[in-house]
Amino acid sequence: MHLVRSFSFHLYSITLLLWCTSSQGESIHIAVASNFTHTMKALISEFEQNSPHKIKASYGSSGKIYAQIKHGAPFKLFFSADQSKPLALYNEGLTHSKPFTYALGGLALWSNNKHFNGENLESVLLSGEFNKLAIANPKLAPYGIAAIEVLKNMNLVEATRKKWVRGENIAQTYQFVRTENADIGFVAFSQIVRQPFYWKVPSNLYQPIRQDAVLLKHKSEKNGINNKAALDFIQFLNSLKSQAIIQSYGYRTENNAYIELEMSNKNT
Amino acid sequence: MMLSDADIGALWLTLRLATTVTILLLIIGTPIAWWLSKTSSPFKGPVAAIVALPLVLPPTVLGFYLLIAMGPNGFIGELTQSLGLGTLPFTFWGLVFASVIYSMPFVVQPLHNAMEAIGERPLEVAATLRASPFDRFFTIVLPLAKPGFITASILGFAHTVGEFGVILMIGGNIPDETRVVSVQVYDHVESLEYAQAHSLSALLVIFSFVVLLALYATQRKTSNVGMMK
Repeated sequence: MHLVRSFSFHLYSITLLLWCTSSQGESIHIAVASNFTHTMKALISEFEQNSPHKIKASYGSSGKIYAQIKHGAPFKLFFSADQSKPLALYNEGLTHSKPFTYALGGLALWSNNKHFNGENLESVLLSGEFNKLAIANPKLAPYGIAAIEVLKNMNLVEATRKKWVRGENIAQTYQFVRTENADIGFVAFSQIVRQPFYWKVPSNLYQPIRQDAVLLKHKSEKNGINNKAALDFIQFLNSLKSQAIIQSYGYRTENNAYIELEMSNKNT
Repeated sequence: MMLSDADIGALWLTLRLATTVTILLLIIGTPIAWWLSKTSSPFKGPVAAIVALPLVLPPTVLGFYLLIAMGPNGFIGELTQSLGLGTLPFTFWGLVFASVIYSMPFVVQPLHNAMEAIGERPLEVAATLRASPFDRFFTIVLPLAKPGFITASILGFAHTVGEFGVILMIGGNIPDETRVVSVQVYDHVESLEYAQAHSLSALLVIFSFVVLLALYATQRKTSNVGMMK
């Protein structure tokens, strides 16, 4: 009799344990713009140390991720490289939250060619003595729009236009300069923050590159937001610790990045 | 159909690229296919494998290595610079070079098959009639391998039109120089211009269908000749 009772007690505690882990530890998919890849990896590994939740991130261009979300991709959070795509999803009623800014990107002019070692890259740009100038495609990438703004403000658009080579995203633009196929290029400051030679473009030469994120809605969620992992992760992003991580990768942050949630189903 | 000037520019560039690449591939591919069909050299296997490599390699791998090799410190880049040609990435001829490698198996393999199907006998007969090797090649091999040449040209052309990953990696998206149709469609999709993307994509679907239809029509008509031993 005693034995049976203790057995059933054990069974009860094992069940309880299993129930606890399954209800606490969730695994979610998120989508992240490629310029934020390294930073997000660092953030996730920090987050997972102190949380039962698992974050699985997919990295790609914001435009592609946007198209995938519109066609039912299972992402809970979307970290875009710009503001327009999260806003479009919000306006289409596909999100639980208004877009919020998670990072502000900076622009840098960079060269990997030994020839330019130690030289002032701003004067190289002004002199026109370089073979190609790599920029991200302004049609697709906010870092490309910023690069064009800088060239406009320096009155260099017409002088340099013939030397432009456009990367589809900022990662490819980096690659063009890295392989020295382009002597110089406008890349994200976050990409070259650990490199010795670059010109950090003064922020008065371009509009800040605000990178927004949104919490996404899914058809299967009938009772509003039921994803604790996503909310925990957003909360973690607002912590001083994660802000420090984001800044260490060359971004600026705003500490008012709180999130307004819209309950999709107010009756329940 | 709403095609912008940039779309039409991209279409022309693509046709120019595919035509140039097809002609070059027929010139380069014919001797390679002929050698492969005749040789018993130990290099036959390795050469055939190298030619077929682009079939297996993801375009990103090929594009990445080409970007490095054609760059100022790569072996192709050093060669082109020493010839005074500058470096190849971001130029039309850079795309031609990459496409020739990328579409090579689609031209060499049909030619190789067609030439092998001819067999030794017609050539031996011609030799007894004192036809020179040169003569034999032009009066026997070329006419008998005609279906192979048609297939090879269509496949080489179509495959170059459909090329995307390699061009994306080495092109630099320069209007009328390296921005081909597939890149233009990608740009439209990425910048959420779905209507323009649809027009251009629909055109490509129709084009590809017509090309393949033409391919199968010629194959049916000439299949008896092609199979002749």
